[in-house]
Amino acid sequence: MTPLDHQKTAIISRRTVLHAGAGLLGSAVLPWSSLAAFAAEDKPAIGTWPTGSQGDTVYIGAAVPLTGTYALQGADELKGWQLAVEHINEGHALMKALAPKVDKGLLGKKVELLSADSVAKPNQAVEVEQNYINQNKIILMTGSTSSAVAVALNKFAQREKVLYVAGISGSNDTTGKDCVRYGFRQNFFGQTAAAAIGPVLLKQFGKGKKAAFMTPDYTYGHTVTKSVNDYLTSQGGWEMVTNQVSPLGTQDFSQYLTNIANSGAEFLINVNWGRDAVLSTQQAKQFGLLPNMKLVIPYQIPFLAKEVGAEITEGVFAATDFWWTQEDQYPLAKQFVEAFQAKFGYRPEWGAENSYVSFAHWARMVSEAGSFYPPDVIKQYEKGETIPSLLGDVHYRPEDHQCIRPVVIVRGKAKKDMKNDEDFWEVLEVVPGEGLMQKPDAFGCNLGDYT
Amino acid sequence: MINWANFISQCFNGLVLGALLALISSGLTIIYGTLGVLNLAHGAMFMLGGYAGWVAYTYTGSFLVAVVAGSLFVMIVGVVVERLIIRHFYTRPHEDQLLVTFGLGIVFVEAVRFFFGSMSQTVPPPGLLVGITNLGFMIYPTYRLALLGIVAVALVALYFVLYRTRIGMIVRAGIEDSVMVDSLGIDVYRIFMLVFGIGAMAAGFAGIVNAPVVSIAPDVGEAILVQTFVVVVIGGVGSFLGAIIGGLIAGEIISITSMFNPGYSYVVLFVAMTLVLVLRPHGLLGTAGRE
Repeated sequence: MTPLDHQKTAIISRRTVLHAGAGLLGSAVLPWSSLAAFAAEDKPAIGTWPTGSQGDTVYIGAAVPLTGTYALQGADELKGWQLAVEHINEGHALMKALAPKVDKGLLGKKVELLSADSVAKPNQAVEVEQNYINQNKIILMTGSTSSAVAVALNKFAQREKVLYVAGISGSNDTTGKDCVRYGFRQNFFGQTAAAAIGPVLLKQFGKGKKAAFMTPDYTYGHTVTKSVNDYLTSQGGWEMVTNQVSPLGTQDFSQYLTNIANSGAEFLINVNWGRDAVLSTQQAKQFGLLPNMKLVIPYQIPFLAKEVGAEITEGVFAATDFWWTQEDQYPLAKQFVEAFQAKFGYRPEWGAENSYVSFAHWARMVSEAGSFYPPDVIKQYEKGETIPSLLGDVHYRPEDHQCIRPVVIVRGKAKKDMKNDEDFWEVLEVVPGEGLMQKPDAFGCNLGDYT
Repeated sequence: MINWANFISQCFNGLVLGALLALISSGLTIIYGTLGVLNLAHGAMFMLGGYAGWVAYTYTGSFLVAVVAGSLFVMIVGVVVERLIIRHFYTRPHEDQLLVTFGLGIVFVEAVRFFFGSMSQTVPPPGLLVGITNLGFMIYPTYRLALLGIVAVALVALYFVLYRTRIGMIVRAGIEDSVMVDSLGIDVYRIFMLVFGIGAMAAGFAGIVNAPVVSIAPDVGEAILVQTFVVVVIGGVGSFLGAIIGGLIAGEIISITSMFNPGYSYVVLFVAMTLVLVLRPHGLLGTAGRE
């Protein structure tokens, strides 16, 4: 050992002794009650807890489509999350109305949103979230705009034990057969859309009609088409004369539309979404299918009317989560639309509404539970308490983590009736959520474990 | 829905799609054939043509101006890109060429998204071509019928440039053996620049004439690029006529399979491509030894 080494060892030993002494002194001064409380809680580390919430900032990871078929809707969703995080951090009046215990941050910590492009692809979304978990110890995941992504992130959330609130996801499976303990969904979905729009269609058009469906080839498309078709055939004796299933990202729908033109259908029920919906609808008009057939959109697409024009959406029935003119009936909706428009320069579509409300509900659950510990937050959701949303009171169903919330039925306005350039839809009905829901076990939900 | 009316309609769909694919593929195939560069930014050129035309349409309200502006803009982009970037990659490995053109494609797509957003934009067809035409045995969108004619004229024009002009002769010679053309004292680099410009213009022209059928968005070129590669493989690399035949075959396969089950249309297309690769590795009209 060199003299220098010897000296270093000596210093370290001296420091160690000093540290040990300070530790002993500290433990003597520390109140016994807090130590006892810590021991009693007995919460072993899980997922990113407690490391993710030990600093002065907690992180949320969003995997959102910013390119590809759902790019436009993804960008709108992202804005909703950004506004919610901003409101949480500044203790905005709207956020406090939805989550009263939020006070300039969450449990004394600043919230920061991280986001990356998922291209609406499940593997890409999981990769994005995995990176955020590794690097930022995120305490919440969000994203989708494709139920294939929502289902993948559900499973990932359960495996990693990090909470996930779904972005736009219309598949019955998200809170059905692919539900998980760590996943929650605020927005409406295939089953509730069908149960809400079905009676309106039967009342408006009568029984025994022939319908052609256009379905995107993944979990969202298949479950929405099934729910709508089941309702119309069982309750109204309608007949599905053809179901044209196309892959996500189809550009030319001529082959599908030709099949529909030769099917004898009176109704075109378009379940396609995002850009697929824009292209299929525009091309249906080119082929003369519209307006000869009545167009129905069971799961409304943000910006569709703006992209295809009011001449196509005029008179079209659609089911949706939220439409901005509801600000006239709901004060919280008005606050949201005004805050969003002031920040982003346009009125929010329902993707942004779902983003904002799902974050507000999560912030409420965390602040009410007084803890970031995931099982505590989950149990807070599972109390099923009645809580506010932008469209009145709602609650989360403990059996499948689905928010019981109203479905809004809208009808496309004629261009001459539009009061401004975003006034595309007229709200016909706000159907309460309770009567629209299937039984909790109808779609095979099994939530899994807390830990 | 397997009946004659549907079959004939689907054949028409195949013809329109095939013609469009032929036009885009012809651009890709002459670039690859001459320069030896597989241009992965070709889909982005298709998209740029649509956007440039749409901007011109927004200002002038004229479809004709939109078509001219879309085509010329992309040709200029092609020439500039060749001079500034592609030229430095001729002697580098194919992997580098793939990476640089792939990267260029991303830059173009995201630049357009930055300026114009992801919202779909529509260029309406000229007034005369709006609506549906009753052909007696079927009804069909008028503009799609016209598109068939427009693309056919463009292909004939391209044929004349390639097969009936001196410059075309040099280009074709360059496809067969660019080193020999160079040794004959012809400035082969100028020809390369021209070929890249013409190839890009073919994609840009297709982008704007297709805009009234498929409204444009930044990602519009992505899907078409994959189909275009299949067409080039089926037709034979570097073969202009091969691109046309390959395009029509691909279009008909996609459409007619859709009549039975749309889910299998791409499966059958790739099966056909595999068969061609097994039976004629250089494509239907390709020749061994071409780049």
